[in-house]
Amino acid sequence: MLDPYKIREDFPILKRKINNHPLIYFDNAATSQKPKQVIGAIKNFYENHNANIHRAVHTLSQEASELYEKAHEEVANFINANGMEEIVFVRGTTEAINLVAYAWGLRNLKKDDEVIVSLMEHHSNIVPWEILSKINGFNVKYAEVNGDGTLNYEAFADMISKKTKIVCVSHVSNFSGVINDVKRVARVAHEHGALTLIDGAQSVPHLPINVKDLDVDFLAFSGHKMLGPTGIGALYGKREILEEMEPFQGGGEMIREVSFNTITRRCSITWNDLPWKFEAGTPNVCGGVGLMEAVKYLKRIGMENVKAHECMLTEYAMQRMQECQKVKIYGPKDASVKCGIIPFNVEGLSSHDVALFLDNYGIMIRSGFHCAQPLHEIFKLKSSARVSFYIYNTREEVDRFIEVLKEIEQV
Amino acid sequence: MVAIEDYVARIEETCGKEKDFIVIFKYDKKEQTVAKILKKAKIEKSISAIIFELTFKNVSFRLYGTGKAIFRDLKDKSELQNVLVDLLL
Repeated sequence: MLDPYKIREDFPILKRKINNHPLIYFDNAATSQKPKQVIGAIKNFYENHNANIHRAVHTLSQEASELYEKAHEEVANFINANGMEEIVFVRGTTEAINLVAYAWGLRNLKKDDEVIVSLMEHHSNIVPWEILSKINGFNVKYAEVNGDGTLNYEAFADMISKKTKIVCVSHVSNFSGVINDVKRVARVAHEHGALTLIDGAQSVPHLPINVKDLDVDFLAFSGHKMLGPTGIGALYGKREILEEMEPFQGGGEMIREVSFNTITRRCSITWNDLPWKFEAGTPNVCGGVGLMEAVKYLKRIGMENVKAHECMLTEYAMQRMQECQKVKIYGPKDASVKCGIIPFNVEGLSSHDVALFLDNYGIMIRSGFHCAQPLHEIFKLKSSARVSFYIYNTREEVDRFIEVLKEIEQV
Repeated sequence: MVAIEDYVARIEETCGKEKDFIVIFKYDKKEQTVAKILKKAKIEKSISAIIFELTFKNVSFRLYGTGKAIFRDLKDKSELQNVLVDLLL
């Protein structure tokens, strides 16, 4: 097991007081806090190594290029990809999904084709497909969700057909924390000749991930939810699929050659190697360095330990929340089938009231739709409050949260 | 000339059909702003000086001691702006 008290010493922000109360940060599904190692790596990069990467011969550029490439390798190793060629750095999960939608979907999805998206998706895995369907004329079908928030695998298997070209499912729901069996989803998709795009925003920071074992085709995730800085994330893609794809954006870095033909008076362009083919322009080099440090930090702790700690906290919190008469928890009650996310409401109060009340005591939680409006509509919820844990949260923080929750019930 | 922007840092509009408006008052003026609102609006209920349920010109809202307020059942942002002008100026 990990020691959250020792870990907390690495997170300067956790020493803060909010409204004269010690900060309790339970909004980790939105973004995580950053350890001093990540903050230090960013500072060190700008103080000692900052330069634009690739195609410069000077020392600083060499150092920056090496660090940026190493960051790709570190991330590849973290999810057991074949190498850095399969890791494209992007701004975050949203950009990774848009990259697949536009670089793969725009050319491969035709009228009468189908894209299956689950109803539990974050808006970022719904909206790009709906936008693209208006351009290419394909159909977007929504896979049903059971009453406890789990994916209805039987309905999904019935819905998929030879028309289905890609299945887009989150690994972990950002509303309920439910862990989807994406290995099963990928198997069924592949049996029908479809690809899989997995939104790993809520899974990669919290679970051990092995893309070879899961056999997914694409996995999108964000650095800022896994101790890294904002503005950096990654798209994993199977090498052979990425090789076949055309670029997402055009510019510098993603080309090997732009040659002007004096007869046709046009330019002919050769793409760069993977992953640079998909990283147009000067990338977020420092973000990559920060993400590498975050990955190293998580690896030192061990992802099995991260998972076990969050499972323990989730189980404890759900058990204690049952002491509150007016609190209703959504999703599965078994902590072992979910990551550290608990959605709930307090009878008679809006989720925003609950969040503002907790804020008064220095407890940060999220309220609203969490960018999963379709799922809220299915559950007939106007909104929900959500607590989400990470490696630095403790049972004592949960106890304090319950104390305040009991006060809220008196409102 | 004083404007509501002198007191209001941000207005968060929630998603969905039934919109809530969460008004976040400027941190350095929050005590002054809360006092100003409490003077003008009618206090229906107060809970441990943390939450105040208030009404003002037939608009009910909740004010938090931390300098935030939730307004519901308003038509749109311009109605909110009008209420804030009357409350704060």
